[in-house]
Amino acid sequence: MNYFPDEVMEHVFDFVTSNRDRNAISLVCKLWYRIERLSRQRVFIGNCYAISPERLIARFPGVKSITLKGKPHFADFNLVPHDWGGHVYPWIEVLARSRVNLEELRLKRMVVTDEGLELISRSFVNFKSLVLVTCEGFTTDGLAAIAANCRSLKELDLQENEVEDHRGQWLNCFPESCTSLVSLNFACLKGDINLATLERLVARSPNLKSLRLSRAVPLETLQKILVRAPQLVDLGVGSFVHDPDSETYSKLLTTIEKCKSMRSLCGFLEVAAYCLPAIYPICSSLTSLNLSYAPGIPGSELTKLIRHCRKLQCLWILDCIGDKGLGVVASSCKELQELRVFPSDPYGVGNASVTEEGLVAISRGCPKLTSLLYFCQQMTNAALKIVAQNCRNFIQFRLCILDPTKPDSSTNEPLDEGFGAIVQSCKGIRRLSLSGLLTDQVFYYIGMYAEQLEMLSIAFAADSDKGMLYVLNGCKKIRKLEIMECPFGNIALLSDVGKYETMRSLWMSSCEVTLGGCKTLAKKMPRLNVEIFSENNEMENCIDDEQKVQKLYLYRTLVGPRKDAPDYVWTL
Amino acid sequence: MASEKAKKASEVEDNPDMSLEEITELRLGLPGETRGKSGTKRGFSQTVDFALGASAVGGDEAENSTTGGVRLKDEVAGAAKPPAPKTQAVGWPPVKTFRKSVMKSRKYVKVAVDGAPYLRKVDLEAYESYQQLLTALEKLFSCFSICNYASERKIIDPPNGVEFLPTYEDKDGDWMLVGDVPWKMFVESCKRLRFMKSSDATGLGLRTQSGCTSSS
Repeated sequence: MNYFPDEVMEHVFDFVTSNRDRNAISLVCKLWYRIERLSRQRVFIGNCYAISPERLIARFPGVKSITLKGKPHFADFNLVPHDWGGHVYPWIEVLARSRVNLEELRLKRMVVTDEGLELISRSFVNFKSLVLVTCEGFTTDGLAAIAANCRSLKELDLQENEVEDHRGQWLNCFPESCTSLVSLNFACLKGDINLATLERLVARSPNLKSLRLSRAVPLETLQKILVRAPQLVDLGVGSFVHDPDSETYSKLLTTIEKCKSMRSLCGFLEVAAYCLPAIYPICSSLTSLNLSYAPGIPGSELTKLIRHCRKLQCLWILDCIGDKGLGVVASSCKELQELRVFPSDPYGVGNASVTEEGLVAISRGCPKLTSLLYFCQQMTNAALKIVAQNCRNFIQFRLCILDPTKPDSSTNEPLDEGFGAIVQSCKGIRRLSLSGLLTDQVFYYIGMYAEQLEMLSIAFAADSDKGMLYVLNGCKKIRKLEIMECPFGNIALLSDVGKYETMRSLWMSSCEVTLGGCKTLAKKMPRLNVEIFSENNEMENCIDDEQKVQKLYLYRTLVGPRKDAPDYVWTL
Repeated sequence: MASEKAKKASEVEDNPDMSLEEITELRLGLPGETRGKSGTKRGFSQTVDFALGASAVGGDEAENSTTGGVRLKDEVAGAAKPPAPKTQAVGWPPVKTFRKSVMKSRKYVKVAVDGAPYLRKVDLEAYESYQQLLTALEKLFSCFSICNYASERKIIDPPNGVEFLPTYEDKDGDWMLVGDVPWKMFVESCKRLRFMKSSDATGLGLRTQSGCTSSS
């Protein structure tokens, strides 16, 4: 191998796109490390505090695409206080100063500011793609800067962000010369949109493949847009309410029939069920359908629609579809690989909801299922065993019973055996979320069988430290472990401290670990940041090591304690 | 920290039934929650049946404590208060905050004030009580202030001394006086709001209480 000139090696490495494979390549020898790092273009950083931008650039000077994740996953569920951190501005500053030729920035759970967006727009001439997922801290003013200054912008994808809408005319800021858009998603914006500007923007974007509109875009405008962009592959509908006898509606019917390339449909943020038949003509070629944000569509209408979608591979739906509706999904969508069923009423009694019956039906009809997120009213071991038998290819299995400690609804036993069957049958399982009444036994099964498990989320489970020990000892590939409300204490935490350096992070909240235990861990493992959340510095003044820690978040890092931690975070 | 103390002082006032310990207990929750409940705005019992009232809360918790494996922790305060129903524990169910806020039901109705040049719209589902609604409307229409709504239901425009009566159009198309029915029932049946000048109403024989003086 050493006889090939560097350019040849580089050319070979170009075909290796997966970051994991490239990481492996860089470990072979110094030569390969050097060639790999100089040619690396895409870098994924799962925890922005694990490394610094300076070190990133030092190793990968040619980087063009960076993915960064900030807050811990449980921040999505209100468990992380405001201003915890995850600021992207310091990264942008360093990247700009170092003249990195940044083209793509993908951020998840980070705090993004208008200043940051402005800095991006002015610093990187070839900037093409901005993807923000579950971020916050910016306004439409920042978007205006991106629109105005990024001359070759291809992608602006805003997914589920909290954006302060200043009702400015940010869409107007796209210059007339901007014709490069391929993907535009502003569905999460709450303010009004200049509809004429939107139509003109679409009209001058011949490469537009993906467009996701906000609630403020009415059906009339949608029709006009689709006339200009029949080549769309992915569409997010804003408002879909209109008089079905009107001329606009009939125009829409004709227009939609011309959208032969449409494969993915989502949104319907405001929708009248009687308008849905308009999309039947494109249903037969859809591979992805997300109606989880569409309020108030009765189960019967959902099933009517889904019967047309025989090529569906990915379906996100609300639980008002019901078990019967899932039966229709099972009989219609034989190619289904990913299913997510969300609760339409997270705190309610569950009048509209699904049970184990729906899941069993799906498992019988959709053998290609690999990814599941299922919020349900109840579950049984028997059902889980059937699911395990029918679907052996699960990579992601997330079950959320709305009452989190509910036992098997027919036998009143814990659900250990059901989940045990899942992990035993699905040898490739990588992500697992458990709920229901669970003892240490389920963790014994997980440690024993879930060899490929990388991410595990647990709440209100287990009887003792043994549960956590089974996981830490058994799951060799575990990277992210997040636990809330479980009786795991210092014994479990401290049993294998070296393990945490092989993981990205550990989250424990409302468990039994004490301040003393955390201090011990921090002392033994200097390359971990052991952060505990205290309120009003009471933990710092507290000398009682027996005090239980409310929230613990630890992660491996090469750059020591972070400097932007707020007062209530104490890094031990 | 002074603002923190002020906040706690007002909470003591707002929740006379709770001990200082319970009020100052630190916990996480969605902004704007009262201390009486843990986790979320609506208690499990309230969503089940509004008629049950306070007794349902205790009943629900008793039921929860008999199912196996209950293990909610009281982190800071003592064990004095009963564990909250687990469907409302902070962080449960694991639905993204963004998704919850989008799925929240909304009910926008027009609000007209006699003499104002334009109407406004408010989301009735954003409020929990008549008081909250009127406070919000006070901010929208700076021309009037709510005067002791709880006891007298008077809305006046202090500079001009003009009195307004809050009325609403219900599902049947009838114009009703705001405040007679329970809040939830009102939200369900209200189609639009109108603050009409009391002077327009007197001719109809509606009994109004003696005027209150300036607003607080």
